[in-house]
Amino acid sequence: MPIRPADLLRPTPAGLYCPPGDFFVDPVRGVERAVITHGHSDHARPGHRRALATPETLAIMASRMGAGHAQERQAIAYGECISINGVDVTLVPAGHVLGSAQVVIEWKGLRIVVSGDYKRSADPTCTGFETVKADVFVTEATFALPVFRHPPAADEIAKLMTSLQRFPERTHLVGAYSLGKAQRVIKLIRDTGYDEPVFIHGALKALCDLYEANGVSLGELRPATVNGKAREAKNDFAGKIVVGPPSAFSENWARRFADPLEGFASGWMRIRQRAKQRGIELPLVISDHADWNELTATIREVDPREVWITHGRDDALARWAELNGYAAKPLALVGYEDEGD
Amino acid sequence: MRAFANLIERLILTPQKNGKLRLMQAYFRETPDPDRGYALAALTGSLDFRYAKPGLVRALVEERVDPLLFRLSYDYVGDLSETVSLIWPVPEHASANDPAPALSDVVALLDGATRATLPAIVAGMLDRLDETGRWAFLKLITGGLRIGVSARLAKIALAGLSDVPLSDIEEIWHGQKPPYEALFAWALGTGPRPANDDPAPFRPVMLAQPLGDTDLEALDANDFAAEWKWDGIRVQAVGASDKQGRPIRRLYSRTGDDISGAFPDILEALDFDGAIDGELLVMRDRAVQPFNSLQQRLNRKSVTRKMLVEFPAHIRAYDLLVAGGEDLRPLPFAERRKRLELFIDTIESDRVDLSPNVPFDTWDELATARADPICAGAAHDADAVEGVMLKRNDSIYEAGRPKGPWFKWKRDPFNVDAVLMYAQRGHGKRSSLYSDYTFGVWRKGEGGPELVPVGKAYSGFTDEELNRLDKFVRDNTVDRFGPVRAVRADAETGLVLEIAFEGLNSSTRHKSGIAMRFPRIARIRWDKPSREADTLSNLTRLLPRRKAGGTKAD
Repeated sequence: MPIRPADLLRPTPAGLYCPPGDFFVDPVRGVERAVITHGHSDHARPGHRRALATPETLAIMASRMGAGHAQERQAIAYGECISINGVDVTLVPAGHVLGSAQVVIEWKGLRIVVSGDYKRSADPTCTGFETVKADVFVTEATFALPVFRHPPAADEIAKLMTSLQRFPERTHLVGAYSLGKAQRVIKLIRDTGYDEPVFIHGALKALCDLYEANGVSLGELRPATVNGKAREAKNDFAGKIVVGPPSAFSENWARRFADPLEGFASGWMRIRQRAKQRGIELPLVISDHADWNELTATIREVDPREVWITHGRDDALARWAELNGYAAKPLALVGYEDEGD
Repeated sequence: MRAFANLIERLILTPQKNGKLRLMQAYFRETPDPDRGYALAALTGSLDFRYAKPGLVRALVEERVDPLLFRLSYDYVGDLSETVSLIWPVPEHASANDPAPALSDVVALLDGATRATLPAIVAGMLDRLDETGRWAFLKLITGGLRIGVSARLAKIALAGLSDVPLSDIEEIWHGQKPPYEALFAWALGTGPRPANDDPAPFRPVMLAQPLGDTDLEALDANDFAAEWKWDGIRVQAVGASDKQGRPIRRLYSRTGDDISGAFPDILEALDFDGAIDGELLVMRDRAVQPFNSLQQRLNRKSVTRKMLVEFPAHIRAYDLLVAGGEDLRPLPFAERRKRLELFIDTIESDRVDLSPNVPFDTWDELATARADPICAGAAHDADAVEGVMLKRNDSIYEAGRPKGPWFKWKRDPFNVDAVLMYAQRGHGKRSSLYSDYTFGVWRKGEGGPELVPVGKAYSGFTDEELNRLDKFVRDNTVDRFGPVRAVRADAETGLVLEIAFEGLNSSTRHKSGIAMRFPRIARIRWDKPSREADTLSNLTRLLPRRKAGGTKAD
């Protein structure tokens, strides 16, 4: 009797669980054995006895949560196949952030690919997505509405550079989440030929250093701190780029800057009203998640018998799958809140 | 179209006036004729073509996108133009090498559209444009850009291109037509001032300085005349005839917007050759009605018969700028006033009357009149008096707000003690500060006294006070909704703000049933217990009394 997908992987309150291998993928609470797709805090949590991930993801987890985030840590390189209780597990690049991986799970001729968070567009700070054919494709759906079609990231960065020229007396604050987005934004700024120092919020430092150590060159980064009297120092940042986590811009921290012009690098910035409500003057539509076209193209390429949808706009993606002849199942997993975008 | 689309996208997200001006000026400099002219026309609401109804746009998109996916998207985005521009599937044959249509191409196509051809034109254009272009195009054709730029601000941007006075732009504006090539040449300093052939042009308005605390000490009461400052909107009513002798009548707002379309009742009365400066009011049974009656008539392109009957418009004349082709503006005010009195007598309609002088010999007498307009001659219209205007007898009529010849002396504001309820982050320099405050007063609720919001203020405090207010908000936050924080506000804890405001109107849109005019913070009462703040019933006593001939609600 052929095995059913649910025999190999099933949703549980703690996250996706593989019974024959006795491991979880991205569990939302501490478990015996966890395979982690990437370092964002909603996927990579502390308190597991054993954590398996790419070396980069383990380094990110150690940087954010301390080396003791799991009792045992096992690094698996991209493409390396390991066996967990007879279940073959391979990590394949997902293109989301540094070290991000899809988990390919194979057992008795059945293959399930858990994408984790992913994107298909180019990103100079991480390894690009690789397509693996699968019987079941477990996909995210963060931006699964046909209104989300991310423009080329370089065009968005060009808007930032134009604004910098037009408003040279204003500090250009760019909100970007600290893992992945911030480094990608800085790298894209460098790719335009901008070689002045980029100022960063303290929360970004460790991860920027980690990216540098992994061969992603970010140029000269300086802390966005003021020396001497705050009022006089304000002009230090006029016409400069300051990158920080978006939450910091509503706090006292942001008061040190000259006439700040607030930008935000996020896929959500596609919706102008969202940008306006947040007081964002310069929305930069740069996302580390697949947009609608990427999600649907990826499903076609993977060509699974079933599509499972983990989190996001599952209703719209399920509708698309239905219209295009794929069996789709929303998993309604809780606990994933897209820190990365 | 791409440059225009980028412009309006940046404008909608830029809160500061100076930022908006710079964006418009950069666009005007970088964009050639005729596109920049059509952009100016779009920004000033001067484009005239067949508008597309939202239903048409929706039908087009549902031919191309699964209706359920469209509905899920529309529910999420909330705005039709934005949803359609984002979801529109780019046809496969479209090539990135096709040149994007220019704004002038778009205008020309729409100009020639008929009801039958419009859908195909709209669909064809959506196929050719990129996302921002589609969004801008849809805003353009569904009428009203709503991007936070007034016609006046666009004219200020134009004037700022090379220091042409704004009043000069306003003066010739109504003689110009899109794409405004001569106007741009002049504004950029490369062409002569365009002639204004309009027989009934707008003349830039003269405004008054607010009277400072000590200004009167230096002024001689004998040099001035006084009149009431009415609580309506300042307008200019012009009657003339064109070359063929046909009558031309126009009503302009203070900023030179042609608002004739919404005031056929006023136009009918402009049976004269001249230009009157006055106040637009609503009058019923010879009594001036509260400002919110007038508001029913404002910001409309047209008007219904019912509104004409319910809210009859009226002009109360302050000044006469032109009469029988003679420009009176260089004459002294005393002389113009005499001419105005004679001129009003010749007008048949009673929709135009004279704003009476307020007699006085000394500043003290005028102060008494200002404090008590009922006894000083305003009688039953006293509720509509905002204060008094002082005009030097020898003042010529000059555009702008010159210091010295005219003063406005407003009545003292009302004050109320209210409790801070919500705070919102500001923009630009204030983007990290909670600087916009919603405040409320007490009323009887089911479970005892409760606060009901009555207004919002974001001015009237120093930077130092702002920092303290911000700290109060952060320390006392009880809930968050996006950029808004709810602060602790109950009988025990709460911050009392003394609010100054100019008047109250009843309002069906606010939970409290009232709307405040120009509220600002007069004082922060760190000392006052929140339970001692004012009550709603105290406040509603200030609502204007209903006048004779009131509505059915009376």
